[in-house]
Amino acid sequence: MEYLEKNMSQVENGQLQLTNIYKSFGSVRALNDVSISTGPGKIHCILGDNGAGKSTLVNIISGVLTADSGEYLVNGKKVIFSTPKQALNAGISTVYQNLAIIPMLSIFRNFYLGNEPVKDNYFKFMDKDFAISTTKQELAKFGVTVNDVKRPAGTLSGGQRQCLAIARALYFGAKVLILDEPTSALGVKESANVLNQLSLLRERGINIVLVSHIIDHAYDLGDLFFILKMGELAGSYDKKDVSLKTLRSILSK
Amino acid sequence: MWFFFSIFGHEAFLSLSGARSYLQVSSEIGILAIGVTLLMISGEFDLSIGSMIGFSGMTVTLLTLNADISMPLAALITLLIVLLLGFLNGVIVVRTGLPSFIITLGSLFIIRGVTIASSKIITGRTQLGGLETANGYDIMTFIFNNSLQIGGVDFPVSIIWWIILGIVAFLLLTKTQVGNWIFATGAAKETAELMGVPTHKVKISLFILTAFCAWFIAMTQTITYGGADVLRGEQKEFIAIIATVIGGTLLTGGYGSIFGTMIGALIFGMVRQGIIFAGADADWFQVFMGIMLIIAVLINGIFRKKYVTG
Repeated sequence: MEYLEKNMSQVENGQLQLTNIYKSFGSVRALNDVSISTGPGKIHCILGDNGAGKSTLVNIISGVLTADSGEYLVNGKKVIFSTPKQALNAGISTVYQNLAIIPMLSIFRNFYLGNEPVKDNYFKFMDKDFAISTTKQELAKFGVTVNDVKRPAGTLSGGQRQCLAIARALYFGAKVLILDEPTSALGVKESANVLNQLSLLRERGINIVLVSHIIDHAYDLGDLFFILKMGELAGSYDKKDVSLKTLRSILSK
Repeated sequence: MWFFFSIFGHEAFLSLSGARSYLQVSSEIGILAIGVTLLMISGEFDLSIGSMIGFSGMTVTLLTLNADISMPLAALITLLIVLLLGFLNGVIVVRTGLPSFIITLGSLFIIRGVTIASSKIITGRTQLGGLETANGYDIMTFIFNNSLQIGGVDFPVSIIWWIILGIVAFLLLTKTQVGNWIFATGAAKETAELMGVPTHKVKISLFILTAFCAWFIAMTQTITYGGADVLRGEQKEFIAIIATVIGGTLLTGGYGSIFGTMIGALIFGMVRQGIIFAGADADWFQVFMGIMLIIAVLINGIFRKKYVTG
């Protein structure tokens, strides 16, 4: 409970705003004057076909790419991220479909990768016992029970890997969680578990940005929908104002 | 392996002097292979270490004899140059994104060529001797060519250096933050970068470490023989890779162990000296090592599949 409260207070300010974003790769314009605004305790879905600019937008939010022009505000403050680490430090964490975890690395090493707990400042010896016990504990919060977290993470199922990545992001203070196609590689049951976990996180006040082409999952879960077409924002909708049928027809137009 | 040669080999293999003989060979390859292992786990190769051995030996000898510097200082200057070479290897690899196999194959030829050519220009020869009377030779001997008497047999100090370096590398790899980064860099560079791991720094540092190992072996050899030869260290890069792979490290990076590599180097030493003790033609040694390498890679491949996919 203590952990929950700690995170509750942290996530009060997961405000994220992008205005008039442009991004080109050579002569190809990937994003053209895109503006979105997201806030805590909501699930935002970025929808669109392949090549619509979803990944580019996500990469700008997560610091992998920098926009050519436009403003990026985190909690009202202007930011320019040039590395993913800077975005991470600002509480913006991205869970990528294929890159979330390293299969060959053990589960607990994955959990602490880049944030290893160290026992001393000189040699940077890892506090393995601490790492192992917290990894178990944090995974259990997401319904993943693993007895041996020294196992390679590749032995986890797809859904468990997603949960590992999400648990890790939250443990390290994510206020904004960006998920790239979290359910596209999962079975029905595993998808349901991941989606269920996400709606629990919404209740805790996390700002969730979901990139998906599975519109049924997105509609079930989402509060706000941003539709990208050919690099432009074709519309943003509140769930109150739009039905699944309408959303689908807008997308397929 | 030990049992094999104990049974089929000569009784001298079992004696302390037999042990000294294979341990000396193992330690030399072992020290090199420790650097190679860490670098390979991070996903890179360094084929230029063999030529760095020749280069280091020649440089330290030339500096001592021709530039009239005391030998420890010459060794230090040589070390700085060699570390710079390792640094350059690393920087070129991470900046260009080209396979290190190709880049360091290039530097292998460059360094070897420069060593031979400059040696010919400066001294007109490719082999140099006469270091024994040089200034500071005794200090260098103390560090690199000391020996420890056990049961009347002199065990060279390189065995101790090998074990110490092995323990340090083992602790670094399995117990520290940097160790975690080395594994992650080799297993999935892109993911590691997304998590904030400085993969370029990791790789460059390990290229420098490998260069250090080459320098260390070069110093040991130079002191042992009292001189240098431009061709020294030839094929050592391959042998170090063989010991590493036999020890279970994946060629593609992301998985491996220092302990395995030390066993690999031990096997190498035992087989090489064991074949001599057994009275067989030493040429068969190469055949045997080649077969061992292929078997090891096959086993590693199966192991990896099992390990990663569960």
